Amino acid sequence: MTNQISQKSIDRKNTVRKSESIEKNKGLRSNKSTEKKHKFRMSGQDLTLQIICIVVIVVFCIACLMPFLLIIGGSFDKEINVTKYGYSIIPKDFSLEAYKVIFKDPTIYRAYGSTIFTTVAGTVLAMLLTVTMAYPLAQQKLKFRTPIIFFVYFTMLFGGGLVPTYLLISKYLNLSDNIWVLILPIMFSAWNMFLMRNFFAGLPGELSESAKIDGANDFQILFRIVLPISKPGIATISMFYALGYWNQWYNAMLYLGNNSRNLFPLQYLIMDLTRTTDALKEMAQYTGISVVNLPDNTLKMATTLVTIGPIVLLYPFLQKYFTQGLTVGSIKG
Amino acid sequence: MKKKKRFNNKKRKHMTIKEGFKELWVNKFLYAMMVPAIVWILIFCYGPLYGILIAFKKFSYKLGILKSPWADFYGLENFRFLFNYKGIGRVFFNTIFLNLLFILFVTAFSVILAIMFVEIRNKTFKKLTQSIAILPHFVSWAVVAMFLSGFIGINSGMITKLIETMTGNKIAFYTSSQYWPAILVALRIWQGAGYGTIVYIATITGFDPGMYEAAKVDGATRFQQIRMITLPLLKTTIILLTIMGLGNVFRGDFGMIYALIGDNSKLYATTDVIDTFTYRALRELGNLGMSTATSFFQSVVGFVLVFTVNGITRKIEPDSAIF
Repeated sequence: MTNQISQKSIDRKNTVRKSESIEKNKGLRSNKSTEKKHKFRMSGQDLTLQIICIVVIVVFCIACLMPFLLIIGGSFDKEINVTKYGYSIIPKDFSLEAYKVIFKDPTIYRAYGSTIFTTVAGTVLAMLLTVTMAYPLAQQKLKFRTPIIFFVYFTMLFGGGLVPTYLLISKYLNLSDNIWVLILPIMFSAWNMFLMRNFFAGLPGELSESAKIDGANDFQILFRIVLPISKPGIATISMFYALGYWNQWYNAMLYLGNNSRNLFPLQYLIMDLTRTTDALKEMAQYTGISVVNLPDNTLKMATTLVTIGPIVLLYPFLQKYFTQGLTVGSIKG
Repeated sequence: MKKKKRFNNKKRKHMTIKEGFKELWVNKFLYAMMVPAIVWILIFCYGPLYGILIAFKKFSYKLGILKSPWADFYGLENFRFLFNYKGIGRVFFNTIFLNLLFILFVTAFSVILAIMFVEIRNKTFKKLTQSIAILPHFVSWAVVAMFLSGFIGINSGMITKLIETMTGNKIAFYTSSQYWPAILVALRIWQGAGYGTIVYIATITGFDPGMYEAAKVDGATRFQQIRMITLPLLKTTIILLTIMGLGNVFRGDFGMIYALIGDNSKLYATTDVIDTFTYRALRELGNLGMSTATSFFQSVVGFVLVFTVNGITRKIEPDSAIF
């Protein structure tokens, strides 16, 4: 009993300390305290419900993980086993043949280089555009706010479509077969900008007001005062952009021809591997194994695993921001 | 939202040009800041709008957009060709049908899972399973396509092999279009349901705990609380999100469909959507006019849909309307 009381007082202290945290958390906390009281009197029906929930969720989670396990299993298996028995989650024999081929071939390194460059450069530039657009639009005093918001919002409703965009980028901007074609066309997202704006609108205005009185201009206020206290919002939106860049293959497919294979990002490499034999031919050339003898089934799985590896590894750290993103969005301007 | 409303309700004075320039000068840094993004939007979003002209032209690469002659049939030849195109009805049907299936199933799964997540008492278990459920949202459709071939590929897919050993029949999933609506829906659930729970969990945890306390005092079991409190309260959110989804029902998910189906014409019957059709019209048929006409038609219908949907949303819950 005393234990419970002390737990409660700690809870209260925490509540005070994090008093500025959002309402959602408050809801969570009070839910937790109801849970505590609840535990003592759990009726049979409640217990059944609890068990049903656990079973369903476990089943769903297994379904979520299955594909990942399958490519891990498939990539470490021997090619003969796969052609004979199909892919399996637990490999029949442990073999590294697929990985040996992949890492001998420079393709994967180049694709990593291309993806990392576009992701880093793209995310930084995208954040610059987003922040500098979102901050002014969060200011109540800006008189032309509404027309500018509509100017941005309209792009979410109406677009030129594939052909006009394709012609613009390849014919008029002449960006085909250029690494920047992977960066520029997705360098701004109206949706992310509005999320960022809502985040800025939720910040207390006093800090920037006092800086203004001290004679700082808006650039200084944004970069010295507002951005340092906006880390959660920035982290979330950067994550969205970074994920978009990391996972893109669409622009690579449209604008990168076969003569710029060295620019292919990771995700397009996977697509290319399933669609054409070009990638396999290239691998054969570098490894000295003939195309027929390449372990192509396990190769596909190993390449996939290599491309999603960083995401899966970073996931536990990124997930927090990913979930936060929706909280950022829910504080609606 | 409150702030915005106050702003909107303010009586708007008509601004003279002089006052306009004054406003620009007073907030010059704020306006200057926006220039890069505005330039980007002008080039990459408004630039292509000019290209819509192609829909009304007999486009030739050599002559460019402006100099290409107008299309026959009062400039509407491309549209006539499009609506007479064999199988175009199927494309429109697939787009809407698949989107409706996606909305229905993903919403249902998200809501059920969200309620279950909230019910779970063990915190570590809850956190871990939630992380796992959101994980699929992180991988691209190109990767999902690989996953899928690992399961149902004709020669080495795990499920294909399993069915083969059990029944002796080999099911060629990649050449039988009838399975694909189900496969696409399953993948959509796999990829989006976990992520979808975030919104619903946030909504549920935002409900007034007092209601649950009161119900508990009255002797309601957790199951009754879900049925009588959680679900009715969640109804607005569910309806709103569904309606918003309906606004996009005419937009096919190119990233998903093309990554999974690609140029596999045997599956077009059930999987070809407007966006993949547009792409094919450009790449395979080389018919730029029809391709542009298709996207233009899609954009117009989409625009009307979003507006209608937003109007409905505003009636149900003004706070959730986008504009």
